[in-house]
Parts: sequence; C-alpha cells; structure tokens
Amino acid sequence: MAALTDLTIAEAGAALAKGDFTARELTDAYLAAMETARGLNAYIEETPERARVMADASDARRAAGKANGPLDGIPLAIKDLFCTEGALSTAGSHILDGFRPPYESTVTQKLWDAGAVMLGKVNMDEFAMGSANITSHYGPTLNPWKASSGPNAGKDLVPGGSSGGSAAAVAAHIAAGATGTDTGGSIRQPGAFCGIVGLKPTYGRCSRWGIIAFASSLDQAGPIARSVEDSAIMLGGMAGYDPKDSTSVDLVVPDYRKALTGDIRGLRVGVPAEYRMEGTPAEIEALWQQGVDWLREAGAEIVDISLPHTKYALPAYYIVAPAEASSNLARYDGMRYGLRVEGEDLTDTYERTRAAGFGHEVQRRVMIGTYVLSAGYYDAYYLKAQRVRTRIADDFKAAWNSCDVILTPTTPSAAFALGEKQDDPIAMYLNDIFTVPASMAGLPAISVPAGLSADGLPLGLHLIGPAFGEETLLRAAGVLESAAGFDAKP
Amino acid sequence: MALDTDTVRRIAKLARLHVDEDKLAPLADELNNILGWVEQLDEVDTEGVAPMTSVVEMVQRLRVDAVTDGHVQDKVLANAPAEADGFFVVPKVIE
Repeated sequence: MAALTDLTIAEAGAALAKGDFTARELTDAYLAAMETARGLNAYIEETPERARVMADASDARRAAGKANGPLDGIPLAIKDLFCTEGALSTAGSHILDGFRPPYESTVTQKLWDAGAVMLGKVNMDEFAMGSANITSHYGPTLNPWKASSGPNAGKDLVPGGSSGGSAAAVAAHIAAGATGTDTGGSIRQPGAFCGIVGLKPTYGRCSRWGIIAFASSLDQAGPIARSVEDSAIMLGGMAGYDPKDSTSVDLVVPDYRKALTGDIRGLRVGVPAEYRMEGTPAEIEALWQQGVDWLREAGAEIVDISLPHTKYALPAYYIVAPAEASSNLARYDGMRYGLRVEGEDLTDTYERTRAAGFGHEVQRRVMIGTYVLSAGYYDAYYLKAQRVRTRIADDFKAAWNSCDVILTPTTPSAAFALGEKQDDPIAMYLNDIFTVPASMAGLPAISVPAGLSADGLPLGLHLIGPAFGEETLLRAAGVLESAAGFDAKP
Repeated sequence: MALDTDTVRRIAKLARLHVDEDKLAPLADELNNILGWVEQLDEVDTEGVAPMTSVVEMVQRLRVDAVTDGHVQDKVLANAPAEADGFFVVPKVIE
C-alpha cells in the first residue's frame, strides 16, 4: 500500500469512509512527514496538538455515524493570512509578531465545520506581496522541485508566491491540501511552479472575513490541491455566503465534484491573441498549443479571441493593489497588537514601528499606494487605473459572447532560483502577467500542471471562466488534467 | 512626473514610515522606476469610461443596525503590546 500521504483528498476520504484507516493515523502520517521536510521552511507554525484533537474528534464522529462529508478527517495546511483562533497568524510579517487572533476566519471555520484537520500555518510573502515567497519575515520557502539540467540545476528554487508555503506543502505531501489567497496570481503562479492545482474562485465566492486584507477589491481565497477533484472538494468546503463580508455573494454552493463529467464536447475555448507575448519561451508556447490540441481532441471548439487591454492589466494592478494596501495596512500602528517600537512621541512611535515591522517590498508598495491616492495625483493614477480596469473587464465580457472558457499559460517561465529577480521589482511583477487580468476582472481561474520544462520543472496551463463559472472551469480543467496525465514528482 | 527626495519625504510622512535621510534618494529611484513603468496606462483611451467601483455585479446589501457582539474586553486586549486596568497603554497623545 502506498504511503497515506500519497493519497489525494478524494482517495483518503473514501478510505476513511470505508474504515481502512483512521483520521488520527492519517494526521500522524502527515505530522511525521512535516518533521522530515522542515528544510523547506513551508510551515511558520505547526499545530500538532490541535491536529490530533481535531483528528480524534473526526474519528469519534465517524464512529457515531455522523461523519460530515468528503473533508471530514482531511489534514490541511492554512496560509498564514487566515486568522485562526489562538494560533499564530502573522501574514508573514514582523509587524504581527506573536499575534494570536481571538477569532476564526469564516473560510477556515467552514473547513473545520466540515471536519477538516489543521496541521499548521504555512509561509507566504509578507502581506501576500510577492511572487517568490522571499519577502516573508520567516525566511524563504523552498520549492520541493529541483531542475535536472540547465543553469539552475541542483540550485534551491522558489515555490512562487505569495501562497508559496501552501503550494510547497501540498507538492511535498506534507499537507493533503491547503488554503491559499490570490490577489494577482498568488494561488495560480505557485501552483504552476510546484506542479499542483491552484484555483482562484470568482471574487465574492469565498468570504474574506478574517483574512488579513491586502487589496480588498482583488483578494480571494481558494484551494491548492494535488488534483482537480480535490480542488472541487475543497472549494465546496470554503465557498458560501457570509453576512460578515459585504462583498460575499449570496448564491447556492453547487456540488463542484458533480461538474467533473469529463465531457467538454461543444465547449467553446477561447485563445487570446494578446497572450502571445514577445519573449515568452518557446516551451511555454508549445505547451499552450499542446493544451489547445488536447481540448480540441476532447471535443471542444477552439475560438480565436481578442482581449485588447491585456498588457495594461499589470501596470493598472500596480496602482490599484498598492493603493488599497496602503489603506488596509494603515491599521498597523503598534498600539493594539503586534510589534511596537518606542519613539520620541506618538507619531515617531508609529513611524518607527512601521519602518521596523514592514519589510522592504511592503514599504515600497505602501509608499506607491500613498502617493497615487494623495491630493493632486488621485485622478491621474488611481482613477485612471480603475478606468483601465473597467476596460479590461469589458474585454472579457465581450469575449464571453464567443467562448465559454479561455486557455492561456499560467506563467511566463518555470520556477526560478532563489535570489533571482530579487533586486528588480518589475521583473518580479512580470511573473503575474498571465494571471493578473482575470484578477482585475474578478473572474475565476485555475492552473493545472500540464508538463515539464526542458530542465524538468513543472509548467501550468491556465483556464479563465466567466463570473461564477467555477463548474465549467473545473470540468474543462479535469479534461486538461486527464489529457496531460501529469504524474511527475519532485 | 519624477519624484524628488522632498516628495518622498512627504509621502513617507503621510504613510507614517520612518525613512532615514540617506535612504530617501535610493527610494525615490525605486519609486520612479515603478511609476515610469505604469505611465504606459496613458496610452489607453479611457474617455467616457467609468472607473470600476465593484468587480462583481451585485446590489449592495444593508444589514440590520443591531448590536452583534461585545463584552469581549479580554479578547480585545489579549494581543496588546501594553495594557493596564482594561485599557490600551499608548504614548502620550496630548502635550
């Protein structure tokens, strides 16, 4: 029998239901695996005692015939952006030193209500600002994959970001699945870099309540998992209306697993011309074409589409997201929680606390955000970016007249080495060039591992759907997953 | 519109970030690099286009104006860097 940690959530759930092993045995297998993989620095805080209590409770429910469904007894890692009651929640930032929230985020509470087990809190870029998991106060997380050849052969690689700890933990089989959050690509890009599935739901599908805010009009929670089916199971546990989040949408949560019919005959798949960008490596272009062929062979109709404002999504994002971040991060003043650095007076205390507590990238974005919102520049930068955002959303609306989903690459490269792009923010920002447009339009999107680079590193394909089109998206992703048959291991 | 060190000093003040004098010029370069890059947005014709205010088409809900929690003083103060007698302790605010 394979190791318990090799099972998908779907497989483990079925085995738990049959009584092949207990939730406690499954949790203990993951806790043991976590100990041997500490070199990855995926977890900021492991919570073994809590995990065992939750696993025992799951076993007791099952013994009493009251098991909750496919997530009951499944051990998960939680991105450190989610507030978890009594457990360290830092957003990867020094400024939230020692912060143990007195409340639980809605999404994690829903997962615990479904019976899932918390293994611990996983690493991330500070306040979710980054694409390599190198801005965390707790140090970088490493990608479990290594290049087999090429300039980066044998080097430590980044897992992507900001949900780098989530993706590394799931890829390294030290969590069965993980929560992530995606503001401009923070679930999908690390999913692609680590060879697993990352799903960003429609804005409003999952409650943001209790998730430490970065850019409120873009932030969305989603699952990181080893299969499309597992993503469907996890999304079912995370999604739903929440009166505590005024932007959460009051729509019934469907049984996403049922959407995985494997039948995409007649589905119209859009291929946007503007995603063919100069400088994209040939192997990325080739994989994209392979994805088109796979979907066509499965009976989909391929449609050439145009999303004319694609290239402006990233620069518009780098106005909107820092603007919202500068407002959201104003609350970290050293008075009520977290770090305080005493200064000469109140203002000096604020300024020294924030200078010591925020890392360089966070300070840079707070400065940009403050500037673009300041008197005299608000119209030229912020309003202009929000107008461009409307045009980006309109591009997608027009595209849905001729297609049902859109296929693109997830990232312009495979995982890069630790230290690369560190001193060039714009080079780092360009990681999200294919993922940001869907974020700006609030649309659901998923990255599916689809092949290996010439150097033996995973590459992802990216599907974008219309608002609340998660079922169609998952159905198409399932077909892509079957066709790709990606079974490489780190 | 390139930022000079005076503007960077002003923004840092607005953002309540302490920046040492010798760091202002390098920070100005970093910010100008990013602002120069976002200026490509000027190429987009946005005449008559409304700025986005909500990414999902939904009607803003109103909630009942009712007390839903309270009596959680211990929880509120649990993470305070400094507290005494049920209050946050902060630096002197009024001279």
